[in-house]
Amino acid sequence: MTASRTLPVVEPTVVDHAAAAARFNANPERVTWHDEALWFVREKRDHAMTDVAEWETLRELASSIKEHTLSRLDEYLLMFESAATANGVVVHWARNAEEHNRIVHRILESHGVRKLVKSKSMLTEECGLNPFLEARGIDVVDTDLGERIVQMRREHPSHIVMPAIHLKKEEIAETFAAQLGTEPGVSDPIALVAAARGHLRERFLAAEAALTGVNFAIAETGGIVVCTNEGNADLGIALAPIHIASMGIEKVIPGTAELAVFLRLLARSGTGQRLTVYTSHIHRPREGQELHIVLVDNGRTTQLGRAGFWRSLKCIRCGACMNTCPVYRRSGGHSYGSTVPGPIGSVLTPGIDLEKYASLPFASTLCGSCSAVCPVKIDLDAQLYRWRQIVADAGHVTAKKRHTVRIGATVLAQPRVFAFLGRATRLALRMLPQSIVAAVAAPWSRDRDVPVPAPQSFRAWYKANRISRRPGGEQ
Amino acid sequence: MSTALFVPCFVDQFFPKVAIAALDVLERLGLSVDVPGGAACCGQPPANAGFERFGDAALAQFVRTYARYDTTIILSGSCATHVLSHASSFGADGARVAARAIEFCRFLHDVVGVERVAALRAECAARVAVHIGCHALRGLGLASPSETHVAPFDKVRTLLETVKGMTFAEPSRRDECCGFGGSFSVTEPEMSARMGRDRLRDYRRSGADIIVSTDASCVMHLRGLASRDGRPMPMLHVAEVLASPEAVA
Repeated sequence: MTASRTLPVVEPTVVDHAAAAARFNANPERVTWHDEALWFVREKRDHAMTDVAEWETLRELASSIKEHTLSRLDEYLLMFESAATANGVVVHWARNAEEHNRIVHRILESHGVRKLVKSKSMLTEECGLNPFLEARGIDVVDTDLGERIVQMRREHPSHIVMPAIHLKKEEIAETFAAQLGTEPGVSDPIALVAAARGHLRERFLAAEAALTGVNFAIAETGGIVVCTNEGNADLGIALAPIHIASMGIEKVIPGTAELAVFLRLLARSGTGQRLTVYTSHIHRPREGQELHIVLVDNGRTTQLGRAGFWRSLKCIRCGACMNTCPVYRRSGGHSYGSTVPGPIGSVLTPGIDLEKYASLPFASTLCGSCSAVCPVKIDLDAQLYRWRQIVADAGHVTAKKRHTVRIGATVLAQPRVFAFLGRATRLALRMLPQSIVAAVAAPWSRDRDVPVPAPQSFRAWYKANRISRRPGGEQ
Repeated sequence: MSTALFVPCFVDQFFPKVAIAALDVLERLGLSVDVPGGAACCGQPPANAGFERFGDAALAQFVRTYARYDTTIILSGSCATHVLSHASSFGADGARVAARAIEFCRFLHDVVGVERVAALRAECAARVAVHIGCHALRGLGLASPSETHVAPFDKVRTLLETVKGMTFAEPSRRDECCGFGGSFSVTEPEMSARMGRDRLRDYRRSGADIIVSTDASCVMHLRGLASRDGRPMPMLHVAEVLASPEAVA
C-alpha cells in the first residue's frame, strides 16, 4: 500500500453535530434502519442482563474497582510493568499519539517488517497509526471484519464495537465486488464473509508482525486480555513472530479476581453475548516470538486530573451508551467526527480539543439512558452537563445563542418582567398570523406548531380565583 | 405544615390548565397550598444550555421564594431534578429547599398515598400511553428505568390505575426519550423532531388514544409535532386526569 491510501480527512475543523445529524436525516428510511439495528442490540443486552440476578451489584463493584485503580494508577501501572517485564515482555511508555506511533514504527523497522496485521484497536485509530505507518511504506491490514470493511472504503469506524454498523450489506457487496472480485450484486452475508475470510487468510499468512488492542491489563500477573468474536487477534498472534499490544493506561486492573467482574459485564453490555467468542489471556511471548506492550497516555492523565471528568476513564469500551443513545441511533457515529462517538465520546473528546468538539456535549437531551446502561456507572449525562458549562464559558457558542440565553435568563429571574413579557407574547401569538409566528419561532416551528396560547396565565387566574377571594384580598 | 406549589414558567404562560388542575387535585386532597409570587423559573433552561451562571439568578430567586415552606411541590420532573441537584449550592436556604422540594406525581404517590388519590374517583375512559419525562424517570426515580435490573415499579402508572375506565397501551419502547431536551429542541431541530415523531408512532401503534405525561414540556413538543403532521392526539398531564372535570373544563 502507498501513501495515497491514507485516510482522507473527513472531519471539518470544527465538528457541527447538528449539521451532520441533519445530513444523516436527509434519508429517513436509513435513519429508521440504523435506529432499529442498534435498538436490536440494546434489547439483546437487556435480555443478557436479566440472566444475571446480581447485575446492579456487579455494576457497583466494577465502578468501585475502576475508581480505586484510577486513584492509584501510577502504582498499578508500575506493578504491571514489572510483572510483564519478568514474563519476558518489552514494555514501552508513550506520552502521546506521536510517541506511540514512533515506538510501533521503530519496532517494525528494526525487524524490517513491511506487512502488519491488526486486530481491533480504537487506540490506534485515536493515534492515527494506520496513515502514519502507511506513509512509511508499511502495509497495514485491519483484520476485524468491520474494521477491514471501513478500511477498504477509506472510512473511519462509526461505532467502537461494530465499526461498520452504518453500512448495509448491499454497500459492502459493492465494496467487495470492486476490491475483492466478488460477484457484483451478491450481498448474501455468508458469501461476503467467506470472501473476506479468504482474503484475510492470505494476509494473516503473509504478516510479519501482528498488532492487537488490549481490553484488560492485569497488574498482578503482567498479563493482558483481548476479547474478540472473530478470533482474528489470536490468528495474528499465533502466526507472526512479533506481537505488539497497544493499550491506553486506563486499561489496567489490579488482579484476576477483578477481571472476572468485568468479563461478566463487557460482552453482555456491548452485544448481549455472555462472553465474546474468544477471551484470550496472553502472558508471555511464545518461543521465538517478541511481545511488546505499549502503554499510551495521550491525554488520559490530563483527564484524570479533571475533577468533574476523571470518572470517564472507567470506560471499558463496551459501546452500550451508543446503542442506547436516542441521538446516536438517529445521527450515526460519523456525525460526532471523533474516534469515539456517542455519549462517552462526547465526554472524552472535548478534553482533547474543546473548540473542535464544542458541539458534542450538546448532542444529547440529557435523558440519562447512557448513565443507566453503563456497566461501570459513569455519570455520563452529568459530565455532558459540566462540559456544556465549560464550552459556554470558553465562548465556543454562537454570540446569538449567548445573547438569547442571557436575555431569557434575565427575564426568567424577574417574575414581574416575565409576567409582562408573557402577557405580551401570548397576545402577539394570538393576534399575529401563523406565518409571522412561525418565522419568529423558527427553528421550533419548522417541524412543530407553536402552542396556542391561553388567554390568561395561571398567575392571573390564581389572583382572580384564589388570592382575591382570601380574607384580606389582594396580595 | 406549609405547602407551596411551583408552577414552571412555560406552564404558567402556555398551559395554565395543568396548574389549575394540579391545584384542584391538591386542594381536594385536603391540602392548603400556596402558590407564591416571586419565582417564575428554576433556572434550568439556561443551565442546560451551558449558562448555569445566567440561570443562577433565577434559582437564587427560587430559593428565596420557597425557603419558608415545609414542602415545595414542583409541577415538572425536569425542573424538580434541577432544583434537587443544584439548589443546595445556595447556602442554608438552598439546602433546605433542595431537601424539601418534590415533584408532583412523586408527592402524590409517596406522601399523599395511592389510597387517598383513589378517593378522588377520577374517571377517564381511554387507552393511555404513559409518558414519563426522562428526568422524572431516571433522575427522580418515578419508575424503574428499562436499562436497569431492579424490581419493576412505576409510580405514575400506579397513580393512574386508580382512574376509573383507564386502560394502558404498551409501546414497544417504554421509556425512550421524546427528544424535547429544552434547548436541544432548537439547537438540534432535526434530531429532536425525528425523536418526537418516533415516539408518537410507537404510541399510536400501541393503540393509545391519549398520551398522559408527567411533564408539560414533553407534551408541548409532542403536541406541536402531531398537530403539524395533521394527526393531533389528545395529550394530558397527570394532574389533568386526576382533577375534577369542572376544574379543567
